[in-house]
Amino acid sequence: MVTLNDYLIASGLLFAVGFAGVLLRRNIIIIFMALELMLNAANLSLVGFSRYNLQKGLPDYNAQVLVFFIITVAAAEVAVGLAIIVALFRARQTTHLEDLNTLKF
Amino acid sequence: MSPIVFWIFVAIMLVFAVGVIVNRDPVASALSLVVSFLALAGLYVSLDAFFLGAIQVLVYAGAVMVLFLFIIMLLDLKAERMRKVNFAALSGGLVVILLFVKVLFDVSYGFQGGAAQFPALSQVPQGDAWHIGMALFQQYNLPLQVVGTLVLVVSIGVVILSKRELK
Repeated sequence: MVTLNDYLIASGLLFAVGFAGVLLRRNIIIIFMALELMLNAANLSLVGFSRYNLQKGLPDYNAQVLVFFIITVAAAEVAVGLAIIVALFRARQTTHLEDLNTLKF
Repeated sequence: MSPIVFWIFVAIMLVFAVGVIVNRDPVASALSLVVSFLALAGLYVSLDAFFLGAIQVLVYAGAVMVLFLFIIMLLDLKAERMRKVNFAALSGGLVVILLFVKVLFDVSYGFQGGAAQFPALSQVPQGDAWHIGMALFQQYNLPLQVVGTLVLVVSIGVVILSKRELK
């Protein structure tokens, strides 16, 4: 029997892996992929709650619409982020965060 | 869905997610991300969200991944060489993540409602794409148009970001 808690734990572990990627890696493209993992972990818990909280015998479609919007905005975010990374690479010839310390105090 | 299939999908998703962050070659990371997202689409289907499973495959495993691979190959990134590891930062990050996982398990097992079985669905005459479409075009029409404008702005912004001459 698979319960909501199992889905929440799977989602939380996926979020933890993405969080680890953001904290531990120094390559800006890998960090960007880890951010995508965290967004998808949030989506998984939303879909789990949508299936759990039935409305008239159907899943709660408000949550699924929210997931639809999150996926759309995340795709737009990937496009802008990768364009910024390309601009950064053309200016600095690096994707390593420790070489990008102009804003560091 | 039988628990065995569920845990197989979760294992694939988590193993390849770990593969994303431990691979030193960015191309291998991007390909691990595809497999992780495909397993996630399987979990959506197991929650009766067929439309979102299809969207997940099309948008993430299709469009976003092609974009990542395209940029990695455009920048011609090699597998990064080992740098001097900052052990203070590494252990600090690991402690934060372990604390996060501990809180996660505490909260999940303290949540009594989540231990119940999923309630059964009533028989549906329409598929879930019909219901999401009705909600999207009636109740959430204004947010949908705002998101459409956002995507337009993003496409213009990306063109300007890539065209601009950098000094």
